[in-house]
Amino acid sequence: MVRILIPPTLRKLCGGDDTLHLRARTVSELIGQMHHRYNGVRDRLCDEQGRIRGSVLVYVNDEDIRFLQAQGTPLKPGDEVSIIPAFAGG
Amino acid sequence: MSNSNGFMKALKCRECGHEYPLAATHVCEFDFGPLEVAYDYERIRKTLTRDAICSRPHTMWRYRELLPIAGEPTVGRQVGYTPLVRADRLARRLGIRELWIKNDAVNYPTLSFKDRVVSVALSRSVELGFTTVACASTGNLANSVAANAAAAGLNCFVFIPHDLEQGKVVNSLVYGASVIGIRGHYDEVNRLCAEIAGKYPWAFVNVNMRPYYAEGSKSMGFEIQEQMGWRIPEHTVVCMASGSLLTKIHKSYQEFSKLGLVPESKWKIHGAQATGCNPITQAQKAGLDFFKPQKPNTIAKSLAIGTPADGFYALRVMKETGGASDDVTDDEIREGIRLLAECEGIFSETAGGVTVGVAKKLIATGKIAADSSAVLCITGNGLKTLDAVVGHVGQARDIKPSLREFESLLARENPELVTA
Repeated sequence: MVRILIPPTLRKLCGGDDTLHLRARTVSELIGQMHHRYNGVRDRLCDEQGRIRGSVLVYVNDEDIRFLQAQGTPLKPGDEVSIIPAFAGG
Repeated sequence: MSNSNGFMKALKCRECGHEYPLAATHVCEFDFGPLEVAYDYERIRKTLTRDAICSRPHTMWRYRELLPIAGEPTVGRQVGYTPLVRADRLARRLGIRELWIKNDAVNYPTLSFKDRVVSVALSRSVELGFTTVACASTGNLANSVAANAAAAGLNCFVFIPHDLEQGKVVNSLVYGASVIGIRGHYDEVNRLCAEIAGKYPWAFVNVNMRPYYAEGSKSMGFEIQEQMGWRIPEHTVVCMASGSLLTKIHKSYQEFSKLGLVPESKWKIHGAQATGCNPITQAQKAGLDFFKPQKPNTIAKSLAIGTPADGFYALRVMKETGGASDDVTDDEIREGIRLLAECEGIFSETAGGVTVGVAKKLIATGKIAADSSAVLCITGNGLKTLDAVVGHVGQARDIKPSLREFESLLARENPELVTA
């Protein structure tokens, strides 16, 4: 299972949970799984073309997936995925 | 003030326009877009006149209607109204007709522009009932949050990259804040703070309080316009970390123009970064409207943000105003610091070296015309980043307390000054 840290922005949609455990082989698949469980998650994280919005940052084990394989970044059991709004800091 | 929210109407998503209550929240639930404060400009127009502003104390709060708090400021009431200095000697060196330095290196109390944003963020945090405040910082923000929180009696946690300049670290510790060094670069500190902010009920000034915090930067632009004699400068050069300051200076020009406080005019806003962390200038120079994230490596640590939150909007401002951007190497940053110090007697931190160095390039390439007027925004004080210049600015010559020895030194180094 992959552990997902859910940002406050998504918690209302995700039943109030701040973490979630799911099986997925890539980040794309993970977003699909989240959407399957909580309808609407994909629309919030991704644009009409299915690409993760510029306003959303995704980290796998503390690394920004844009430095990995973006949405194709592979996942394995025990990995931690953090979803963060891009508009913070500075 | 008749309205319990002051002159604020709501928080509004900059992307989709969805509105939210004026709480401690910073992104839209629907598209993760940034939330901004929406103001009641019609009410503001009635009270914010030049005469009213001139009758108020010389602090950033003289523009209070355009700053997002409900009541009167409770934290940082003395912040702002830093000098705007006519810089003729530097103008001659850079080859431009008229040059001004907006000197936030002497902002109160912690010697950087961050006192502006923190004053707003903590005043608003107190209004919302928070007792613990925090931030992710490259140094200056941590200093300001630590100092202002101490003065306001708030609990304070500041999170910084572990390898910051000693001056920046000590300047947070001295106020009694909990200073947490993160073994990673700023973007990792920022991510951690977003996670902590999601779990702990604290006011993170640049996370959940960001819509209020960021607005504080406008005060630097309001002051520039007033100090220029109620007009907008033709060119403004601003250093970029997240890019937020640049977008807010632009917004300050728009607001004063809209309210009729300055005559309508055209202005250009130019961005400056270090070559070792240049995601925004790289995109701007390539004509792109998006940036590629980077892993920073520069002595300008206060600008070392590889994933700049407002990079997209900073690019848009430069494009809309016809502004340009450029970046400078570590050596050019040190040269910029020396130029400003030797010509104008102003000791800036590395970010100011970036601004001066980039202004020099933009003037040399004609992107800022030689017969025009420009303002350079200097955002922090050189005493905090001594590490970056030690060994590069010469050294003191030690002699015995002897007139003979002094004159011997003078004869070697400045023979034209020796008196027979």
